[in-house]
Amino acid sequence: MVSEVQNNPTAILRVERLSMKFGGLIAINDLNFEAKRGAITALIGPNGAGKTTVFNCITGFYKPTEGMLTMTRQNGEEYLLERMADFVITKKAKVARTFQNIRLFSGLTVLENLLVAQHNPLMLSSGFTILGLLGFPTYKKAASDAIEKARFWLEKINLVERADDPAGDLPYGAQRRLEIARAMCTDPELLCLDEPAAGLNARESAELNKLLLDIRDETGTSILLIEHDMSVVMEISDHVVVLEYGTKISDGTPETVKNDPKVIAAYLGVEDEEVVELIEQAEAAGLDDITAAVDLLSTEALHEIEEAHPDMAPAALIPSAPATVRRARATTAKKPVVKSAADKTAAKPAASTVKSKPTTPTAKSPAAIKPGATANALAEPRGGKADKLIVIKGIGPVNERKLNQHGIFHFDQIAAWKKADIIAAEAYLAFDGRIAREDWIGQAKKLAKQSQVTPAPKKTGGAK
Amino acid sequence: MADVQKIEPDSVFAKAVKEGLLAGALAFGLFFLIVGFRTDQNIRNELVLNQRWGLLAIFVLVAGIGRFLLTAYITPWSEARSKNKRAAVEKEQSAFRKSFPKIGLGLLLIYPFLVILILWAYNGSIMGGLQGSLKYVDNFGIQILIYVMLAWGLNIVVGLAGLLDLGYVAFYAVGAYSYALLSTHFGLSFWLLLPMAGIFAALWGIMLGFPVLRLRGDYLAIVTLAFGEIIRLVLINWTVVTKGTFGISGIAKATLFGIPFTPGPTGFAALLGLPNSGVYYKIFLYYLILLLALLTAWVTIRLRRMPIGRAWEALREDEIACRSLGINTTTTKLTAFATGAMFGGFAGSFFAARQGFVSPESFVFLESAIILAIVVLGGMGSLVGIAIAAAVMIGGTELLRELEFLKRIFGPDFTPELYRMLLFGLAMIVVMVWKPRGFVGNREPSAFLHKRKMVSSEFTKEGHG
Repeated sequence: MVSEVQNNPTAILRVERLSMKFGGLIAINDLNFEAKRGAITALIGPNGAGKTTVFNCITGFYKPTEGMLTMTRQNGEEYLLERMADFVITKKAKVARTFQNIRLFSGLTVLENLLVAQHNPLMLSSGFTILGLLGFPTYKKAASDAIEKARFWLEKINLVERADDPAGDLPYGAQRRLEIARAMCTDPELLCLDEPAAGLNARESAELNKLLLDIRDETGTSILLIEHDMSVVMEISDHVVVLEYGTKISDGTPETVKNDPKVIAAYLGVEDEEVVELIEQAEAAGLDDITAAVDLLSTEALHEIEEAHPDMAPAALIPSAPATVRRARATTAKKPVVKSAADKTAAKPAASTVKSKPTTPTAKSPAAIKPGATANALAEPRGGKADKLIVIKGIGPVNERKLNQHGIFHFDQIAAWKKADIIAAEAYLAFDGRIAREDWIGQAKKLAKQSQVTPAPKKTGGAK
Repeated sequence: MADVQKIEPDSVFAKAVKEGLLAGALAFGLFFLIVGFRTDQNIRNELVLNQRWGLLAIFVLVAGIGRFLLTAYITPWSEARSKNKRAAVEKEQSAFRKSFPKIGLGLLLIYPFLVILILWAYNGSIMGGLQGSLKYVDNFGIQILIYVMLAWGLNIVVGLAGLLDLGYVAFYAVGAYSYALLSTHFGLSFWLLLPMAGIFAALWGIMLGFPVLRLRGDYLAIVTLAFGEIIRLVLINWTVVTKGTFGISGIAKATLFGIPFTPGPTGFAALLGLPNSGVYYKIFLYYLILLLALLTAWVTIRLRRMPIGRAWEALREDEIACRSLGINTTTTKLTAFATGAMFGGFAGSFFAARQGFVSPESFVFLESAIILAIVVLGGMGSLVGIAIAAAVMIGGTELLRELEFLKRIFGPDFTPELYRMLLFGLAMIVVMVWKPRGFVGNREPSAFLHKRKMVSSEFTKEGHG
């Protein structure tokens, strides 16, 4: 490798301090991330988070207000994308892209679409048209090679039969695949896909996953994709970057990102009560401007909370990561499809798992503690010391407080939940099926067992 | 009519009669004052009211009977036809269509001789054949072919690249004036100036292209329109060089490998021992323009299979997608402008050689509009369609001069040529209603894997500028 590939030779694209402002609107604010070579990096975030803007900056359709976009090609050449024109980025830096709303050449045939993508090499071999016009054999050979290449990609996307039909005549899913094949015909090293699974049904989406994995494994092309379909993101991406309001809120493997409370808050929103609590927390942390606290709500407020409760912070996020991540990986590896299916029909399968495991008898009157609370609620923590519920993935500081208010302090309490308890808990946590989805009960059982084996204080101290 | 209604209240015939009468009444109402009366000044400068009931009756009858025929016969017939068409196998038609370009080309190649032979047989003398053929070779053959060539040239810009150019005649003018000026001032020959005129026009195409690169659609059309007018106004006002509205006359004629088409002893006719006639030059010009037009077609066909041609069409379909595929849209647009302009320049120098006289009068906006209309009517991107459209439009207007019988209907004052634009517009409306994408709306793909299938016009785009 050439020595110029400095700090990180595995990064194909480095986005550093990227900002994009449209007048007063800040679409991207000081964004930093890296796309690794030979990996699939997903860029996710709620609507309007600035994902497509990032794409447009990378592919040169927008000139970023600030920041540096470094593309490192396999041969070691480095390109500063923010300084290049859009077509040069594809031509020289080898970055290809697709569009959120499909942009095929609908009046050209499928084959012609793929040939247009090979414009630059064909242009060279046709001697900038002049030699080709005079019928030189170099062009003829290049033209037939181009058709062969197009055929290769058509076979990959199962469209050989329809090669001579107009692209506009294809069904939607096929158009999406064709657009990817067309981008691949430019021989890219980085393929940027803007919502490739949008509008696809489950089968087409699975085919797309396979196609993208094939592209990554066979051609070594790195992929950067924007996607809303979590089954696609979680299944194929090696690395996920989450944006909200133009800022990165999370970055890591799919599993860590999926369980990041900030990401969950960004996607599912935060309750009004929580806003009030967060403001209180912010005030406690020394912020006197209420609006500033509200602004911090979705992302930085969580940091504030951690600062406000320094005793809780280390245990909350960091120590829990290794153990639970390993566990989560195991489950996703075992049944990736089931997991995504469970997302949709959340409550039902969860209920059945709970039923099948009869737990310790905790039959008490639900009305004893608080109306609507779970059956095994306690008035106060046993021995005056509550377990750190936040260790359970999916429980953030806000939820922990809520649970405490409703008399849930210990892991074994959660482990003992039944279907009715889950429904009750979800009601006051304003969750919809997430307790089952994130397997709180299973997590709680494990943690309960651990806390029996090892004394609690030691665990808190050993933040590994 | 009442009887008819009683017998068949819903019959097509009754409906047709009703609509015919209504149309007649409407026509009467419309034309009663406009056509029925006419004021003239008599010899004592007094206004006299002339009544023209006969002419009014003709107008009303034409409207009424026309409407009647349309409702009673033509509409049912076309409906039945379209029904049958769906059932009928298209093979027969496509076989004819496939061989149509070849048949057409063959006819074009023998056209002058065919005309001479027919007229020879008709008049009984070779001189009658030769002199009589002048009109057909010159007015029809050459005139149509010039427009075919211009339209094919414009087709590259509008039909393939989707850039709406309303000032195409400017390049025609550049070609014509560069031949006229360089041949009169420097005495350069036609064969040298023909490519030079093309190159000059291409340069002007690039000069036009640069400022309009960022423009699309309507804005592009307006700027190209302005460009066409600028060229014309410069030609009018730069009198030192162009002699303004007087134009440049006495432009040297083209020669065949140095053999001039003059009546003298060194002339073409004398050398070959043929009877003296001006028709040889016309036939020579006919083949010259045919050759130039075929060159345009050949280059267009070849370019469509080149990456640049595909890039043009891709540009027409979606410019942003083009850029995302690494295509430099700037140079792509400029090459389209330059190539189109080059053929305009060729046609212009030919025009100057043919007329022997150029003036700004020949390069008005109307010419641009006619060329564009031919491209649109023929079907953007289709060479055959455009050739047919040119033949219909230009040949049709020429044919109007021949329609002497119209004078017998509308009176001796009636000059059908004056209705040229009216009929032109009418024909355009009819064609656009009948075939919204022009005569040949389908697009032929430039490459295929299994089988060449025509791309239906519903998928192709017109371009956004």
